[in-house]
Amino acid sequence: MTAALLDVAAATVRFGGIHALTEADFTIAPGTVTALIGPNGAGKTTLLNAITGMVPLTSGAVLLDGADISSLPPHKRAEAGVVRTFQNLEVFTSMSVLENVMAGRHALTRYSVAASLLRTPGFRRAERECREAALDCLEFVGLADLAHAPAGDLPYGKQRLLEMARALAASPKLLLLDEPAAGLNSKETAELGHLIRAIRDRRGVAVGLVEHDMDLVMSVSDFVTVLHFGHPLAAGTPDEIQANPDVIKAYLGEDD
Amino acid sequence: MKLPVIGQNAAQAALFLLLLLAVPYTLPNEYYLSICILGALNAVIAVGLNLLMGYAGQVSLGHAAFYGLGAYATAIATARFGLPIPAGMAIGVSLATVVAWVVAAPTLKLKGHYLAMATLGFGIIVSIVFNEAVDLTGGPSGYVGIPRLALFGYEFASDHSYYNLMAVVLTFVVLLSLNLMKSRTGRALRALHVSEKAAASLGVDIAAHKRFVFVLSAALAGLAGVLYAHYLSFIAPASFGFGFSVQLVVMVVLGGMASVWGSVAGALFLTALPEALREFEDIDILVYGAILVLTIMFLPDGLAGGLSRLSRRLRRLRRQGDAS
Ligand SMILES: Nc1ncnc2c1ncn2[C@@H]1O[C@H](COP(=O)(O)OP(=O)(O)OP(=O)(O)O)[C@@H](O)[C@H]1O
Ligand SMILES: [Mg+2]
Repeated sequence: MTAALLDVAAATVRFGGIHALTEADFTIAPGTVTALIGPNGAGKTTLLNAITGMVPLTSGAVLLDGADISSLPPHKRAEAGVVRTFQNLEVFTSMSVLENVMAGRHALTRYSVAASLLRTPGFRRAERECREAALDCLEFVGLADLAHAPAGDLPYGKQRLLEMARALAASPKLLLLDEPAAGLNSKETAELGHLIRAIRDRRGVAVGLVEHDMDLVMSVSDFVTVLHFGHPLAAGTPDEIQANPDVIKAYLGEDD
Repeated sequence: MKLPVIGQNAAQAALFLLLLLAVPYTLPNEYYLSICILGALNAVIAVGLNLLMGYAGQVSLGHAAFYGLGAYATAIATARFGLPIPAGMAIGVSLATVVAWVVAAPTLKLKGHYLAMATLGFGIIVSIVFNEAVDLTGGPSGYVGIPRLALFGYEFASDHSYYNLMAVVLTFVVLLSLNLMKSRTGRALRALHVSEKAAASLGVDIAAHKRFVFVLSAALAGLAGVLYAHYLSFIAPASFGFGFSVQLVVMVVLGGMASVWGSVAGALFLTALPEALREFEDIDILVYGAILVLTIMFLPDGLAGGLSRLSRRLRRLRRQGDAS
């Protein structure tokens, strides 16, 4: 087996009496789109929260490129290369579209406070680079023409794209998407599929995809992990998962 | 319009400074000048408080305390211990900064009403110290005999000279604040205001940024405090109590949240208003309240928001005029 980019080992998360995750293993190989599926309340968002440091692990570990990042705070994990979007949109509504994406480049835009107060040449160079990189990310998701619009004015589907552009601006190694197709129409979902592949192929970013839309999951994913009551039920290629009797019984079957 | 060489912020600030320096020549007498000096002092604090409240979304109902800490520290250092004025001023600003740094860590973990309560409590405690530590502060009757500001052998003896100094200080505070808010720090503060989760997920150290802006705004209040003490040469606890903390918040809200220029406008307006209402005598406080309520009702995003809407409308009218 090739070395995993992300390796979640025996992650357990409890909220009081609720066992949101129980000994969950989850790996993402570099250069892949790996989906995480499961019914409502299975613990998918909790797993993303545990990976990004937003909920504490009761036990277990999160490894990125072999290094244990379990004890790092969220902003350090972002710097290490794990960036995400949110199931319930978390767009910076008081800022413009471009400013949102520039905020995404926070960790990569380096100058001192003094330099920003004095607007030194180094500051101006870094800001110009930040702006160009942000515009490039907007171009990539197809929002370049809305760069100067207030982010809060964007329709729902475009806010989802904005979150992806903002996350990409942080130049992650691993991008975690929490239900990016929720609320999108079928045309938008098809475009999202192309975008996810482009993130993997053109940007070289591995993608962790939490999604309920099975057509999307099965068409873009290289691997799929099924989560059931906080525990992995199966993991494999989309074909293997679709043929897995346990998965059909527990999850996929219920649609038919 | 783009001004690449000196930058738009610097151009605006330069214009602002010229305007401020011209004001004394339009005033009928010295008394108005002292109001303008107080207005500029309040504007320095309000701009700092807006960085914290309007941009980063963290309420403080105790900012008068930092103003008082700066004022008392330099008063005691210079009048009692005979330290040079610049040293006293440095001590005053440092004290406000250090106290803010210590208070920030436990306080800024709180959100919303709890943060408001904690800063309120802090302000009240400091106010009690000003009142009760009579040996050090002179107690409720105040502290007298603070030397008038003198720097590098020049004494700012006249109100006009003091006003000019304040104009320069305020301009710098405005310019540096505008610059800071148009940088990664400003974006991070505005981002965490809306969503701490999302900001953290993009690499923003939430606790460090909150602490930084809290300390910065306290330092600006401290700076205003030392300049206040060396202007009036007399200070009393009543100037640094809860009432003034609330007034500062009103200046920020009335001026416009997350607008540096708005805070300047709000502070100047609210400082001048009671003077303008003198002729209403007994009912001046009612008129004052009514004006506040009406302003907030008709300008929900503050004076800054109202002005930008007005200028947009004027531009549209002009365009229509050109077209026809
Ligand atoms: N902060 C929290 N405090 C308490 N319980 C929580 C918390 N977050 C999640 N849970 C619980 O943990 C379980 C897993 O929730 P989670 O949000 O991870 O599910 P999910 O798989 O993302 O579901 P969905 O598809 O509906 O988004 C649920 O029972 C949920 O109620
Ligand atoms: Mg979820």
